Amino acid sequence: MTILVLAEHQDTQLDEATAKAVSAAGRMGGDVHVLVAGSGCGAAAEAAARLEGVAKVLLADDPSLANRLAEPVAALVVSLAGGYDALLAPSTTSGKNIMPRVAALLDVMQISDVIAVEGPDLFQRPIYAGNVIQTVRSTDARKVLTVRVSSFPAAAVTAATRPIEAAAISADPARSSFVRSELSGSERPELTGARIVVSGGRALASAENFETVLAPLADRLGAAIGASRAAVDAGYVSNDLQVGQTGKIIAPDLYIACGISGAIQHLAGMKDSKVIVAINKDPEAPIFQVADYGLVADLFEAVPEFHATVAEKMRA
Amino acid sequence: MKVVVAVKRVADPNVKVRALADGSGVDLANVKMTMNPFDEIAVEEAVRLKEAGHATEIVVVSVGPEKSAETLRTALAMGADRGLLVRSDAVVEPLAVAKILKAVAETEKPDLIIVGKQAIDDDANQTGQMLAALLGWGQGTFASKIAIGGAAIEVTREVDGGLQTVNLPLPALVTADLRLNEPRYASLPNIMKAKKKPIDEKTPADYGVAVEPRLTVVRVHEPATRKAGIKVGSVAELVDKLRTEAGVL
Ligand SMILES: Cc1cc2nc3c(=O)[nH]c(=O)nc-3n(C[C@H](O)[C@H](O)[C@H](O)COP(=O)(O)OP(=O)(O)OC[C@H]3O[C@@H](n4cnc5c(N)ncnc54)[C@H](O)[C@@H]3O)c2cc1C
Ligand SMILES: Nc1ncnc2c1ncn2[C@@H]1O[C@H](COP(=O)(O)O)[C@@H](O)[C@H]1O
Repeated sequence: MTILVLAEHQDTQLDEATAKAVSAAGRMGGDVHVLVAGSGCGAAAEAAARLEGVAKVLLADDPSLANRLAEPVAALVVSLAGGYDALLAPSTTSGKNIMPRVAALLDVMQISDVIAVEGPDLFQRPIYAGNVIQTVRSTDARKVLTVRVSSFPAAAVTAATRPIEAAAISADPARSSFVRSELSGSERPELTGARIVVSGGRALASAENFETVLAPLADRLGAAIGASRAAVDAGYVSNDLQVGQTGKIIAPDLYIACGISGAIQHLAGMKDSKVIVAINKDPEAPIFQVADYGLVADLFEAVPEFHATVAEKMRA
Repeated sequence: MKVVVAVKRVADPNVKVRALADGSGVDLANVKMTMNPFDEIAVEEAVRLKEAGHATEIVVVSVGPEKSAETLRTALAMGADRGLLVRSDAVVEPLAVAKILKAVAETEKPDLIIVGKQAIDDDANQTGQMLAALLGWGQGTFASKIAIGGAAIEVTREVDGGLQTVNLPLPALVTADLRLNEPRYASLPNIMKAKKKPIDEKTPADYGVAVEPRLTVVRVHEPATRKAGIKVGSVAELVDKLRTEAGVL
């Protein structure tokens, strides 16, 4: 069995999601190849070649693959599919955009958001916002899947490097063109990879409060900032910070939910965190049902006090 | 411009759906059903395109059991013009739904198809992308904004790092994300009017699409629930417990 993993990367840099997808692929058994598709993405390919469990890297470096638009990348993956028993990508927004297109072109039913690999054709995946887990067997000859990165450890980086081969570029179907991107770059750790996440809800009441109340605590802890849908909808923070069924699914060591009620859809994104803290002034808030440590308090008092206490303890 | 919107009947998002004790499936007996929330957003967007003079006709399509006609009726009350129910009492997987919608698109010849980004029951997030692939169209997934410009559409997409905008020649496919718009409630007069709007009925076989599932559900179970934790009395106690008991600070 040979598996092709579609790498998640920013051309000059490989994302950790790729290392996680590689370890998921390894659990299916067989050889794992990584496809790095982009423009000027040699550095990402070199990083992929150092991942444990990878046998070979395919590099598709072409201007038509810049920005990884779904149509040309899917055409490329389909052109390579003949040599593989399974095609796999992390379920990032890019993987979710491209892989179903690949699956349809191969007449395969994709298995979305796999959280456990039980065998080469047997997988677990969440349904109904993670309230239920389905174990499915794929009867398709070739498998197409996306894997939830928070469910798999990252493949280790080794000193040894594997061969990098150039892949033939397929013709761009030219069904879309890139206009612009507005990336919300931040100095803080990336939400999906962070060890600690400080998350805010509607109760924060403004973008300014996210910066003045939540951010100092996050920065003190070296944490990423997250948010509920309500906070994103209200424009307090950008869309890429949304945690939940339709946002990012994360499992940090510590998740601190401030002024978040704990709707099913929010829990879907963070309930696998190792330790959950909830600060909410309503003792009946559902978030307390999943919190290891609950504090019934006004966040505008508790969060600054939290920050001050941590600052003091860390100095001591 | 003609717009086709796909709408799925699903369990209400506020219901906590449970696995059946024997692991054979989920318990949907007596569960309130509704239109998939992302599909409400898709319908709303189409109606706004019509109100803005871009769209001339909106056709809503649902694949599912007879009761899916109620979901179509809701879409008609929101402002869609006619409905198409492709009846199937068996589970129809996204790949087969995409094939059915492709056949519908070949007869209806829309300029734009809008679907939801994901159905909140199977959480598959794939039907729209599959449909675009089968039609050979461009796709604008996870849309938070769309702008029509002549023979093309500009779609702003919610992606992991922020936003990305792409331009798609028409015909094109869009999948609706949560922030594309806020769907309206149908008014009583519009609900009455919707009763007179036509709903056509077909079967997957009429389109020559086989709906036999490719995925066999072996088991369905509920994840281990977290143990309820404790309430702490103060911030000092919280920080202390995080340092000494949980060891995460
Ligand atoms: C299809 C669909 C998908 C969705 N996807 C997501 C998703 O991915 N992520 C997500 O988060 N949501 C999602 N939602 C929305 C979800 O259902 C909730 O509406 C949302 O999570 C609520 O956000 P919130 O907890 O910030 O706001 P609220 O529910 O309004 O809760 C605010 C909380 O703050 C507390 N509070 C108020 N003031 C203070 C104070 N001063 N100090 C302390 N506490 C205070 C209140 O007691 C309350 O518990 C989705 C919904 C649907 C229908
Ligand atoms: N049975 C169906 N009938 C109509 N539309 C559907 C059906 N299944 C999926 N869709 C559409 O495809 C979108 C994505 O669904 P999914 O790929 O299942 O997450 C939904 O939001 C609907 O717009």
